[in-house]
Amino acid sequence: MTSTQSPPDAAPVGPPPLAPPARRRGRPGRVRVRDRGMSRAFRWLATGAGALILVVLAAVAVFLVVKAWPAITEPTDQLVAEVPWLHGASSLLSFVGPLIFGTVLAAALALLIATPIALGIALFISHYAPRRLAAGLGYVVDLLAAIPSVVYGLWGGLVLAPFVQPVWSWLGETLGWIPFFSGDVSPTARVLLTVGLVLAVMILPIITAVSREVFLQTPRLHEEAALALGATRWEMIRTAVLPFARSGIISAAMLGLGRALGETMAVLMILSPGFLYSFKLLVAGQQQTIAANIAAQFAEASPMSVSALIATGLALFVITLFVNMTARWIVSRRKDFSGAN
Amino acid sequence: MAQRIDVKDLNIYYGDFKAVADVGMAIEPRSVTAFIGPSGCGKSTFLRTLNRMHEVIPGAHVEGTVAVDGVDLYGADVDPVAVRRQVGMVFQRPNPFPTMSIEENVLAGVRLNNKRISKSDAADLVEVSLRSANLWTEVKDRLNRPGSGLSGGQQQRLCIARAIAVKPQVLLMDEPCSALDPISTLAIEDLISELKSAYTIVIVTHNMQQAARVSDRTAFFNLAGVGQPGRLVEIDDTGTIFSSPREQATEDYISGRFG
Amino acid sequence: MTTADLSSTSSEFRALITQVDKRRHRKDRTMRVLIWGAFVLAMIPLVSVSLTVVVHGMQKLDLDFLTHSMRGVFGGADAGGIYHAIVGTLLITLFATLISVPIGLLTAIYLVEYGRGSLARAVTFFVDVMTGIPSIVAGLFAYALFAVFFGPAVRMGVVGSVALSVLMIPVVVRSSEEMLRLVPNELREAALALGVPKWLVVIKVVLRTAVAGIGTGVTIAVARVMGETAPLLIAVGTIDSINTNLFSGRMMTLPVFIYQQYQQGLVPCTPGQQNCIPTINYDRAWAAALTLIILVMLLNLIGRLITRFFAPKNLG
Repeated sequence: MTSTQSPPDAAPVGPPPLAPPARRRGRPGRVRVRDRGMSRAFRWLATGAGALILVVLAAVAVFLVVKAWPAITEPTDQLVAEVPWLHGASSLLSFVGPLIFGTVLAAALALLIATPIALGIALFISHYAPRRLAAGLGYVVDLLAAIPSVVYGLWGGLVLAPFVQPVWSWLGETLGWIPFFSGDVSPTARVLLTVGLVLAVMILPIITAVSREVFLQTPRLHEEAALALGATRWEMIRTAVLPFARSGIISAAMLGLGRALGETMAVLMILSPGFLYSFKLLVAGQQQTIAANIAAQFAEASPMSVSALIATGLALFVITLFVNMTARWIVSRRKDFSGAN
Repeated sequence: MAQRIDVKDLNIYYGDFKAVADVGMAIEPRSVTAFIGPSGCGKSTFLRTLNRMHEVIPGAHVEGTVAVDGVDLYGADVDPVAVRRQVGMVFQRPNPFPTMSIEENVLAGVRLNNKRISKSDAADLVEVSLRSANLWTEVKDRLNRPGSGLSGGQQQRLCIARAIAVKPQVLLMDEPCSALDPISTLAIEDLISELKSAYTIVIVTHNMQQAARVSDRTAFFNLAGVGQPGRLVEIDDTGTIFSSPREQATEDYISGRFG
Repeated sequence: MTTADLSSTSSEFRALITQVDKRRHRKDRTMRVLIWGAFVLAMIPLVSVSLTVVVHGMQKLDLDFLTHSMRGVFGGADAGGIYHAIVGTLLITLFATLISVPIGLLTAIYLVEYGRGSLARAVTFFVDVMTGIPSIVAGLFAYALFAVFFGPAVRMGVVGSVALSVLMIPVVVRSSEEMLRLVPNELREAALALGVPKWLVVIKVVLRTAVAGIGTGVTIAVARVMGETAPLLIAVGTIDSINTNLFSGRMMTLPVFIYQQYQQGLVPCTPGQQNCIPTINYDRAWAAALTLIILVMLLNLIGRLITRFFAPKNLG
């Protein structure tokens, strides 16, 4: 353990149980600091904590699978008999389907509303607002993120929904020929469009914060190059800032999407749920999201119901995992044209 | 396509701070004028007022007149964006747009104007601009590759091609060679000598040999001390400045006694 | 060149620098308006949320409300309060902090001081992944974990703490890591050169230097999980009376209380009925929301003040 030179594959004597890869610091010429006693114990402690993160994440996956397993393997007819809210679905999959649809639709709606506004705010703070104001404004937008989601739900249900109802009615009357706005407009506005609006407010800060950072990183050189060619401010942003920030913008939107997919309370408190593959945004009782469904059913669920709910939770976990990893992958992907000089 | 520049009683401020004071000079068309002087003497700041680029920094403003061909750039009806199209600029560090190809970089300024430019016209403009920048033979086979893939000297010549593609009257260069190796520097200096037949060129340089090599006239800037505004000490034919300057400060600077 | 020539080229040049391309300028101005508009638009929900919460919340929020539980309160009676929910929120969040801070901080230390190779890369990657776990999934995980050992009916405060920890650990790791990386390497080397063992260098030099920033990060992480509702709803459940034992029985928390009151909706009062307020549940929800927001903002403020007052000042 006190070898000063560590060959790449030196097998540690009495290794910390969870940390064998940490020993492979085979950088040539790198001299290992001798450590013993407390120093060694402390290193193991820290390494153990790092490894614990991996254990926890593995545990999340394992325990979810373990608890979801009964519902996944149960024959469908028995499952439907035992789980009241399956609504006679022919299989667990055909039940999860509309939920996934509703989840993705709500999140996509939120993203569609939030992204342009968030980019506008980010540009405002990075390139338009007076310098002295900019920092304070950034802080104000961050405040939006500090408000708990249940408060947004309360506000959405009691303030926003009654407020937007006439607007939705008008939309339904004038633009009813568009499939999204067709159908009988709900008199309570507890519909997906209202949910999308609230979710948009909730993901605004994260998209703003990430894209603002990228905008501020645009090299001054490139901005001045554009200006010196006779570009207006907006043309400068279009030629120098936006192309530079493209991958950052995409990953910001993906992070926002990840948030919107997993958001529970705003949906639970506003949406009048349904289990259809429906694009009708102004009609009540059409869609439901995975997260809100879990929260709504969990309290009174039988063990088999809980198992089925956890199975849907697993699906949500996989979807958000996919979205978030794609976001990270986009950030880390650097190509010729990425702007990383 | 080259214009004379007359500067009268120009004061430049950053907020309340006076950065450059009382500059007056005439810059001749179809010639190279070099600005030399110690760091912080305001020569780059002054250069940026010639195409109103200094306005990019919040709080920067000027008093006095900068007249190009008798027209004051700071007149009430003048559009700074239009000024920058007529007075092009090349920066200290080469700055091709990293997300654009070589061809797109050259056309960047033209495309801004939203003018539909036919494919053949665009190709011609790219070729003419790159030839004027002595870059055509080196890049003609890879016009679709990113500009950031070129060497530093090539990138700088690409930036010059980009600047002249919008057909400016005047070309400002802010220490265009300070980030380049000696061979690339030589290539740029040759290019400057060729370009002066068509453009009024103003170049800021730290390198006195460079000023002596490329310029027809040289202006020496200096500042009395930290916190004091920079001033124009004298401007004269380059030969005169380097052999028998009128001011003692110029001679001290040129002979390497300070700066 | 004659004077006539000069003036003609002169006016030509004047035309060149004064001519304004209408389309480009209109577009520039449109975009400026849109971008300002986006900002103003985003202020509307912020102002609306804070105003309504404050205005509605003030009506019910008083000492009585803060010091009573909901035990034995029913119908539209103008009684009851959130004492039990405040106690629950504080205990559960405190325990979550006790779990998260050591793990998160040690992981950050591992990443900054020791981490190299594939384990470090894996930890960094999975901390990112953890940041994206939906809160309801964290709740399900905590429930599943405890249900395996205690049976399916498990509802305890500690389950909620574990769920919150899953959400809190990655935030603590990220912010602490950032702070530790800000500590200049010269400090470490100077201490090591004096013969101080590595672990003491980490504790006495690195942590001491970064402690303010870490404190800020932890406080803001606490503020964030304090408002979490969904995991507590499924892992801790609801109750009307005070429970201070994290390890036995359901507990009430502020966010869940808000949701519960909202869910109960309007009370059907018969006309002329004494002591019956139809909107009492909403009033309680607003007042609880105001309390929660005050707590969260207070933590955010404290977090920022920590940096301001405790950051080492004479540091190069």
